[in-house]
This record gives sequence, structure tokens and C-alpha cells, in this order.
Amino acid sequence: MMQSSRPMPATPQGARTKSNLFRRFFQSATSLNLMYVPALILFGIFILYPLAKGVQISFTNWDGYSQHSTWAGVKKYTLMLHDKKIKTTMKNTLIYGLGSTVLQNLLGLAYALFLDQKIRGKGLMRTVVYLPVIISPLIMGYIFYFFFQYDGGALNDIMKLFGKEPLDWLANGPRAVKIITAINTYQYMGIAMIIYLGGLQSIPKDYYEAAQMDGARWWGRFRNVTWPLLAPAITVNVVLNIIGGLKLFDIIVAMTNGGPGYASQSLSTMMYNLYFARQDAGYAAALGNVMFVMICIISLSMLFILRRKEVRM
Amino acid sequence: MKRTLQSGFMLFILVVHLIPFYLLINLSFKPSKDTSSKWQPADTFYWDNFANAWNKAHIDKAIMSNLIVTVFTIVLVVLLGAFAAYPLARHRTKWNSFVYGLSISCLIVPALTILVPLYKFVVDIGGMNHYWATILIQVTFSLPLTIFLLTGFMGNVPKELDEAGLIDGCSRYAIFFRIILPLLKPIVATIVIVIGVQVWNDYQFSVFFLQKPNVQTIPVALSMFISQFHSNINWVAAGCLIGMMPLTLTYLFLQKYFIKGMADGAVKG
Repeated sequence: MMQSSRPMPATPQGARTKSNLFRRFFQSATSLNLMYVPALILFGIFILYPLAKGVQISFTNWDGYSQHSTWAGVKKYTLMLHDKKIKTTMKNTLIYGLGSTVLQNLLGLAYALFLDQKIRGKGLMRTVVYLPVIISPLIMGYIFYFFFQYDGGALNDIMKLFGKEPLDWLANGPRAVKIITAINTYQYMGIAMIIYLGGLQSIPKDYYEAAQMDGARWWGRFRNVTWPLLAPAITVNVVLNIIGGLKLFDIIVAMTNGGPGYASQSLSTMMYNLYFARQDAGYAAALGNVMFVMICIISLSMLFILRRKEVRM
Repeated sequence: MKRTLQSGFMLFILVVHLIPFYLLINLSFKPSKDTSSKWQPADTFYWDNFANAWNKAHIDKAIMSNLIVTVFTIVLVVLLGAFAAYPLARHRTKWNSFVYGLSISCLIVPALTILVPLYKFVVDIGGMNHYWATILIQVTFSLPLTIFLLTGFMGNVPKELDEAGLIDGCSRYAIFFRIILPLLKPIVATIVIVIGVQVWNDYQFSVFFLQKPNVQTIPVALSMFISQFHSNINWVAAGCLIGMMPLTLTYLFLQKYFIKGMADGAVKG
């Protein structure tokens, strides 16, 4: 034990234990936890706080700029149920999300199967198909505007060549939605292709040899070897594309800005318009919350369903 | 026979995928008076379109803005991400796995859905039209993926390296900076490419938070330019071509890394 008789100056001793504690803390593994504090602060400030604030705003009549706002209760949410525009917008958002997912996966897989052979020009094709991925979706929208434009558009020139009447392609809502879905597919199918190609190349060649020995034809080999072993790649692609498609914003802004009227608008462009053009921030926030829940439910349930079907190698 | 069929098919795919780029380049070289079909090749190289687009869309300033936002975001996200990933990968306690779960779940929050409160918050803290606010927001929304990739990567770095360092008298922080950080190069390359492309092309944040002409990024500057001169389609084409050039050239030179990096980022994410 300590010898109490020994005279001890209080201050230096105290300071030493303090600095010892300090040093010991920084030598411990626990102190490492300080290293994630900056990241957590950022999450708190820019994600969690706005999430909570968004719920609060959705219960008010806030116009987006004034200092005060009045309580609205659940009015903004019940409004949603009666808003005719919402039905179209929801439908469009689902078409953008599910439509691009189906198209990107079908085309991406087809291209990957085609490229997974010994052929010349493989590298070139990969470069070209992948190129749009790195271009801003906004610019991609403008590029395709030249294509679908009514007056002097590239597609209408072809129509004229075949003696057909030129069409105002983007003036018809449902058609504009399909066109925008197709452009989104064109732009991002390169990612699906590369991921499927990687998946195909990771399948051991002996599996195919074994299947061939058992007399399996192309379809049998695809059905029983390729398909089940490709499941992880399918999961990644489907979840990635669905989230991307449901959030679609830039291309719509560039092509139709949600028009004609509101016929091609998605939840994201509708939110943007409500907030900045119609100054109904409360409604915009409520819409954001609904969209958040929708994306979470769809992507998580997709993930859950697909993960269960994966085969472990 | 099969060979020719394959080559023919490949050629067809290449042509279809290149049509938009052909139209864009072709248009940007035609003078506005030339109303011939967009398919007809330009017979002159009319450079004025580029000069006009460059000056009227203030592309030079926009490129600077893009560089500032992208470079700062990448540096911060890699540093903060590596900081955060180190304890999460090395010091696995129940609390830390909760923190990890929290960080990863931020991955599914679509930025667009919290735009209204985020916009209000940025206005309140005086961050409108300042680079720092946009950079911090970009960093925040890029961090979950970065932390995920880095934690996974660090988990595969042998723990014996840390232990050897501890025995040699390195502090835990020296181990991080001297031993772990230099080992992260491959995964950092992936992160730089994935996050870099995303931030460089971003429109949804910059259109809200960087509205003044002197801070606009390329997509915002282009959209302003286009809404003003949309009747002059040749200028628009030239503007689009200039706007996509920096990243396209980088991609063409480093495509191997781009394709591999983006695929890795997606598969592991």
C-alpha cells in the first residue's frame, strides 16, 4: 500500500496521474472509436436531422421560405389520397423503376452472354456500351432531345424517309415515359453488362464440361449451371437498378420536365415542382417521406427475396 | 459462318450505341443556318459553336467549380471514411457493430427524399452558394458506401501487422497512418472512381445549393445555358460536348480502371 508518511506535493503528482490516464486512454483500443466521430456527426447533421425535420415539416403548411408556418396535421397525407396527379406520378415512378430494371437486366445479361465468348472487338464493344455510364444523365437527356425532337429531330427524319408523318414523340405522356425509361436503360445497361460478365467469368469451366458430359444442350447448361450461379450478380443488378430508376430525376428534367402537363413526372420531379414552383413545402416533404418509405420497402424486399434464392458456391 | 454472324451482330450493336454520339458531334460542327438533316455529315468544321458555348455557358468557371467540389469531396470522404473504418474493422464490439449498421443503413436514404428539410437547413446555416455546404453534403452521402468498402477491405488486412507494430512500440494511430493507410491503395482507387463520377456529374444537389453563376458546376451551368439558348440547337450540342469531355477523355485513357472500379464498387456495395 501507499506510504502515507512520505511527504508528497499534491500538484505534480495529480498532474502525472491525469496525464497517465490520458495516455492510457489513447493507448487503449477503445480510444480508436473517436475516429468515427466525424463521420457520425456528418450523418447526424445532414441525414438524421433532416429526416426527422422532414417528418415535422410534412405536418405543416410551410411555404418553403417564410419564418412561420401553421400546423396542418395529416392534411398533406390525406391530400395525397385525393390528388389526381399522384396516381399518374406513382404509376410513372413505378414504370421508371421496374421498367428500367427489367430492360437493363435482360439487355445487360444478353450482352454479357454475347461477350463471354472468344470474339474479336470485345474490348471495343465493352468500352462503347459502358461509355454513357460516365456521362452526366442531364447531358444524356439533352442529347436524346435532338433525337426525339419534333421539328428536325433525327427520328422524324427517318419517319419521313419511310414516307410516314413526323410525330411529336414527347408530346404524348405515356409515350414520353416509355422513351425516358429506354434512355435510362441505354445509359446504365453497361453496369449490368459488366457485373454479369464478371459473374459469368467466375463460374468454373468444369461445371460446363460436366454438364456437357451429361449431354446438356445450351439451354440446359444455361438453366442449370449459369442461371443459379449468376444469382448474386442478379441481386446486385436488380437492387441497384430499381433504386436508380425510382429516383430518376435528371433525364426527366432534360427531356420533358415532367410534361406534357404532369404526364411524365416522377415523384422526384413532382417534389421539386411543389417545393420551388408551387411553394408547398409541407406537401413536398410529405411526398418525400412517402417516397422514402416506398424505396425502402421495394428495395429491401427485393434484396430479401433474391438473397434467399442465391446458391452458395 | 458463325464468325461472320458474330462480327455482324457486334457491328450492329456498336453502331446503335454510337448513334447519339454521332448526332451530337455532327450537330456541334454545323452552323445554325444549316437546317439539313441531323444525319447528314457536316461539311464544315464550324468552331464558333464551341466558342459561343464556352463563353456564354461560362464553362471555364464551371470546370473550376466541378474540380473544387469533386477534389475536396474525394479527399474528405477517403480520409473520414478510412478513419471511421479503422475502429469498425479492428475493434469489433457490440456497440461498434451497431455504429457500423447505422452507417450502412444511411446507404438506402435517397438524398432526394429529404431535399426539403436539407434545403431549409442549408439556408439556415448560411451555406447557400458556398462550396463548403455542397462538399459536406456530398461527403455525407458518399460516406456510407466508402465506409462499407473500406471496412470490408481492412477486415482482410492481417491483424498480425497491427500486433507487430504494437510490439515495436508504435501507437495505434501510428499503426493506422504508417501501416494500414498505405495498404488501402486499390480500394481507394475504386472509391475515387465511383464517388468521383457521381459527384462530377451531380445535378440534383448542385442545382439547389450552387445556384449563383460564379459557383455553378458543369451540369447546372449547361442547364442554364440550354434554357436560355434552346432554340440554337448547335450551340447546345457544342455545350454538351464540351461539358462531357473532361470525364470522357479520362475514361478513355483509364477505362480499364473505370470499368473494374465501378463494377467492384457495385458488387461489394
